Amino acid sequence: MALQIFSYILHKGGGVDDSALELVTAAHEIDPDASVTALVIGSGTDLYSVCNEVAPSYQNVWKIDNRDLSYANGEVIRGLLPRILPKGSIVLVPHEHFGMDLAPGLSVKLDTAYLPDAVSFEGIEDGKLKAVREEYSGMVSTHVRCDISTGAVITVRAGAFKADESKGKTGEVVDKTTEALTGGLPGGARRFIEIVEAEVGDVDITKSESLVSVGRGIEDEDNIEIIHDLAEAMGADVSCSRPIVDAKWLEKSRQVGTSGQTVRPKVYMALGISGSFQHLGGIKGAPFMIAINKNVKAPIFQVSDIGVVADILDFVPELTDKIKEMKG
Amino acid sequence: MEILVCVKRVPDMAENEIEVNKDGSDIERDDLVYSVNEWDNYAVEEAIQIRDKVGGSVTVVSVGGEEAEEIIRREMAMGADKGVHLSDQAFEESDGKGLVRILQAAIEKGSYDLILTGVQADDGAGQVGGMLAAMLDWPFASLVNHIKVINDRTITVGREIAAGNQEMNEIDLPCVLSIQTGINEPRYVGIRGIRKVASVEIPVFGASDIGLSPDLVGNSGAKISRVDYFVPDLGEGAKILEGDTGEILEKLIEILQSKGGIK
Repeated sequence: MALQIFSYILHKGGGVDDSALELVTAAHEIDPDASVTALVIGSGTDLYSVCNEVAPSYQNVWKIDNRDLSYANGEVIRGLLPRILPKGSIVLVPHEHFGMDLAPGLSVKLDTAYLPDAVSFEGIEDGKLKAVREEYSGMVSTHVRCDISTGAVITVRAGAFKADESKGKTGEVVDKTTEALTGGLPGGARRFIEIVEAEVGDVDITKSESLVSVGRGIEDEDNIEIIHDLAEAMGADVSCSRPIVDAKWLEKSRQVGTSGQTVRPKVYMALGISGSFQHLGGIKGAPFMIAINKNVKAPIFQVSDIGVVADILDFVPELTDKIKEMKG
Repeated sequence: MEILVCVKRVPDMAENEIEVNKDGSDIERDDLVYSVNEWDNYAVEEAIQIRDKVGGSVTVVSVGGEEAEEIIRREMAMGADKGVHLSDQAFEESDGKGLVRILQAAIEKGSYDLILTGVQADDGAGQVGGMLAAMLDWPFASLVNHIKVINDRTITVGREIAAGNQEMNEIDLPCVLSIQTGINEPRYVGIRGIRKVASVEIPVFGASDIGLSPDLVGNSGAKISRVDYFVPDLGEGAKILEGDTGEILEKLIEILQSKGGIK
């Protein structure tokens, strides 16, 4: 029997997130015959345009439309979905800040399995879905079996599945608002106040053509100096991965990644950066990538054009000197 | 405020290269250096700072074998008041939900206003906080990078969302929060601190002590099981520059120049 799979649609200002079409592919990799329904929650004209945009890609579109749902609050939506989802449903949610907020608790409320951050699916056997996940920041992968016989909530990594652009469906929009809101709006114990926009730093790395990016391999705050020296010699800007900002060695505005800036340089040098998917998620526009890392197995080498296996603490000062020497 | 922080002992990513073992059944565990999960350490620091401002106590709880005790003690050396060690053979091979059932049972034996977890640990699942809140029927916020106590019923939390933006929420107590790295600067724990708590008794509770049916946890309660570990073949990857340092530098500079990396 074909599975009934639901995809949670992320959207903002009436625009649909890239993940919406990736989840169509993910659903069909779980079960090629699946009936796939888009779950679209929001309000007013924004919601209207989101429903129209996803309808050609989904068999069904279920919407919940209410003024109080104009900002997606995981606490509220976690209370609504169990009211409309059939027992045994499989629910796909993008694995990002909203999905991580919604999904684990949703699996408890639906009393189903929870499979976090799947990057691919390898079929169903005896009611168990085989999936691939990553552990240790992508240093190793695992196959896991997930018992989906009573349904499942599965979060899916952004970019891991190709967007399904076929648009061969004519999803009928079904209004589930009354069913979802019977019993009132749940989740009142957590109330959204506002979005505080990121502070603007002294350098706008989103506009840099050449970035020298530093990670955990720098080991100590005092060593950051060698990165600045290299960037200066090259005429590049300095960016970094998350641990450097957590340690307050560089300002947040220089962080590349899903929780930081999205950059589009021509050349990206990753120095002592292992290459977590959150970091790589912030690098767009297919720059020429050079990785320098002492660990030959660092995932960053898989996605780079050129690699140097070396300790950046030794290698970077030599590189700087050589460039200076060359420039005279 | 009575605060509980859930912590996990994990291989230290800064100290180890993680590799798959010979038969792919696990990572290579020989000679691994373990420590408290980085996210959890930020959570403990945050709990201590809140307690120091508004009073109350901080309890650190961990599920695991004998070796989990060392990280509970380390977090007590940091400033946590109490430790709880949940250990039982029945707990082995639990999936995420099983682990959370163990924590829930222990939590219901106590009385807490605020429960903190790290956002995620070594497996990158990021599931404990959200599931725990749902099981307790408490409100939850993930990826928390700011906490301000308003009064004994309400706190304000900031959540880290995309592009460096922060989502501010008001949340009622009791609640569960998953803590993001960078929320504070965890204090250094010196050898003297460890010595001070070296002889503190850390109670160990098993399934029967916390009134938990063993078939809800361990292998029998698990819907998720790991089949194997492997290193994916992602194609060729980077062209690694070979030679002595001088040769590598020369090649690299040539490449940088041709790609417009040197102005």
